Amino acid sequence: MTKKLNRRRFLKYAAAGSAVATAGALFPGISFGDWQNLSNNSGLISWQKAPCRFCGTGCGVLVGVSDGRAVAVKGDPNCSVNKGLCCMKGYHSVQMLYGKDRITTAQVRKNGKMVEVPIQEALDLVAEKLQETKEKHGKDSVAIYGSGQWTIPDGYVASKLFKGCLGTNNVEANARLCMASAVTGFMTSFGIDEPMGCYEDMDHANVFITWGNNMAEMHPVLFSRILANRKRRTNVTVIDFATRSTRTSQAADKSIIFNPQSDLAVANAICYEIIKHNWVDWNFVNEHVSFYKGKTNIGYGTEDHFAFKDKAEPIGFEEYKLFLEDYTPEKVEKISGVPAKDIKYMAALYGDPDLKVTSFWCMGMNQHTRGTWINNLVYNIHLLVGKISTPGNSPFSLTGQPSACGTVREVGTLTHKLPHGVVMNEHHRKMAAEIWDVPVKNIDPKPTYHTVEMFRALDRGDIKFIWIQVTNPMVTMPNLRRYRDGALKDDRFVVVSDVYPTPTTDVADVILPSALWVEQEGMFGNSERRTQHFAQIVDPPGEAMSDTWQIIEVAKRLGFEKQFPWTEDNYIGKIWEEYRKFHAGPKHEMASYEVLKKRSGVQWPFVNGKETRWRFNPKYDPACSNGKDFDFYGKKDHRAWIWARPYEPAAESPDNEYNFWLNTGRVIEHWHTGSLTRRIPVLHNAVPASYVEINPEDATELGVVNGEMVKIISRRGEVTMPAQIRGRGVPPRGMVFVPFFDESYLINEVTLDAFCPISKQPDYKKCAVRLEKA
Amino acid sequence: MPIFSYLALPIDGAREMLCTDLAKLPHCEIIPSDNREVVVLVTDTPDDDTENKLQKSLNNLQSLQSLSLTFGYDDKEK
Ligand code: SF4
Repeated sequence: MTKKLNRRRFLKYAAAGSAVATAGALFPGISFGDWQNLSNNSGLISWQKAPCRFCGTGCGVLVGVSDGRAVAVKGDPNCSVNKGLCCMKGYHSVQMLYGKDRITTAQVRKNGKMVEVPIQEALDLVAEKLQETKEKHGKDSVAIYGSGQWTIPDGYVASKLFKGCLGTNNVEANARLCMASAVTGFMTSFGIDEPMGCYEDMDHANVFITWGNNMAEMHPVLFSRILANRKRRTNVTVIDFATRSTRTSQAADKSIIFNPQSDLAVANAICYEIIKHNWVDWNFVNEHVSFYKGKTNIGYGTEDHFAFKDKAEPIGFEEYKLFLEDYTPEKVEKISGVPAKDIKYMAALYGDPDLKVTSFWCMGMNQHTRGTWINNLVYNIHLLVGKISTPGNSPFSLTGQPSACGTVREVGTLTHKLPHGVVMNEHHRKMAAEIWDVPVKNIDPKPTYHTVEMFRALDRGDIKFIWIQVTNPMVTMPNLRRYRDGALKDDRFVVVSDVYPTPTTDVADVILPSALWVEQEGMFGNSERRTQHFAQIVDPPGEAMSDTWQIIEVAKRLGFEKQFPWTEDNYIGKIWEEYRKFHAGPKHEMASYEVLKKRSGVQWPFVNGKETRWRFNPKYDPACSNGKDFDFYGKKDHRAWIWARPYEPAAESPDNEYNFWLNTGRVIEHWHTGSLTRRIPVLHNAVPASYVEINPEDATELGVVNGEMVKIISRRGEVTMPAQIRGRGVPPRGMVFVPFFDESYLINEVTLDAFCPISKQPDYKKCAVRLEKA
Repeated sequence: MPIFSYLALPIDGAREMLCTDLAKLPHCEIIPSDNREVVVLVTDTPDDDTENKLQKSLNNLQSLQSLSLTFGYDDKEK
């Protein structure tokens, strides 16, 4: 009893100590009287660093272990991302390791029923089926579908096995559903992926504009840092530009609501105003910017085998200016519902040379049938006024998943990508073949299927074997029913590696038990080009095995021992050092394994022992070589590109029959499909079930009150769920919002599988539905 | 038996009121900063029910602008 009390008292001191340390990082010079910063070395709990398992913010945490069990989490004060803070998901994260229904053994479908088998037997079967399918139906009949929650080694070995050894480009990851438009936005505007700025921008900016980004719930630690800045400095303004009112709108100084899809028009109107008032930074534009236009009326990808290729055509500034004539604030008010004076206000903030402006966005701009375009358009604004690549001036694309950047974008676990470059480029193929020690002809120069098309191919039968790791597509695919029915067809073989039962393990022929987070060693890469290493801190349960090692086991069975020669005690370090070769050079140099192990994350390019905070600016970025004050070296002309991209409507808009917009998304308590957070009692109890947010006036017309059941019907399916009126989010009239974390209400049976023709990322934010009181 | 610590930021000029409001709540201990508008809050509740009730009370505080977690511990699964 005394020991228990002492332990509790100690924990409270540790809790207070963490808060005081964090306050010290956020508010320099802050004092708490005679409070003593107690040390944590009582011997009761040992602490080890890791990145948080959840969102792309990449908070550093310290995991407290007692008797071999992870029991506590505190923010890592040495990690510059969060400086000791965390959100409620982070703090409760260790409990996700210990849910009662954790998958601890392998299972194989025998006579229609799943039976437990030793994991080695299950891996034999996976290798056998993979080989047999490839021999019978060709190399492109087998596929792997991974995740932005894959560790970097997970994604690397998946790509090496499938692209390098098996010779198929059927490698995709769920980051296609969350980050693909950000990538194509970067590639088309700058010729190189990932943000130029870093989180430190928040400590310098005077104006923050969130573009369709509910940061208060989705990136809460970063939003706290913005609010702390607003409190500490007098000249900070936060504008929330969104399609519904959220906690971010409530905390912002101004909330501006726009009609879905019309962000395209508003961004152009801001540029129109900037030019009209001559707020253009001409020195910057003349030296560092080129102007282009691309194809228009580019379609929506709702049909199988949809193909599109954009074509960049150079234009002059005058042509661009003429193009913007269609986007006067008054004209755009009619499309967007945003008062012209609010558009002018935002333009004036961007245009004021004395203000530093940071724009943040995430799913609102990326899950968009014109996702690439809206990314381009926000870059246009920053480029016209030269507010980029300097502290506080930052167009900042945030990521949703902990390693969407690290594993999917940097390792290149997408059909067209390689760890360096793309499969279409001979030089890049040669480099990969050399590092992977495979014949160059193994690497197919033609990309195959992006994610939506991959699941269409599974439905059609072009793909017969699919291995799904660390993701739950049977909840997240838009137009879900088609893809679930496809996965269940007779001659499809589905392998699922996961930690808990999900609707995706329900369609599996083999389930492999995976190690989760700190039960294995690995690395993640966050939104600000930061690579974060974590050691194995606790043991995985039962026969659970890291996803990396599962792939290596199968690779060895298929005869690729030479390419996968590592042993279980050294594979992560060896994989990292091999992978790092792909990024050698000042544009993307990564830290060594030894450095990563020591630090709470390292930002690339990491050159001569120095991290790069702001890219394209020679004061900070060693890759700049043109001798000017900026060098946009991703493009051959060393310039950033401004694109004339028009407003085009959504793939499906409300009409007389389906008269509401459906918007889907997340809540702070739950991580994606909830397979982890719904097993954490505090988070589950906070939001135990999903709901549909309805505008109070629409609810009155429909005759529903809070908690009553509402049927949401689209051309593809229907879901009946409880109404939430005046909850944490309030949609405008004519829109409903549904969080997708709850597998009891599969809202993606209702959504549409339309995507951005350039990025191939689906739009989960816009389709047409009608409502009925159930 | 969860233990949490937070940084509590008051709405403008309401630090004293926030301290009074927090001090009134059961299971809460506070350490106000002497030179900034920031209060450290440590909560220690016996079970989930009490924790949930406390969360609701915290959400309802008018003097509170934002609450950011800095530490979390929960040993009930053990
Ligand atoms: S903000 Fe994201 S990374 Fe940070 S603790 Fe919360 S979930 Fe984890």
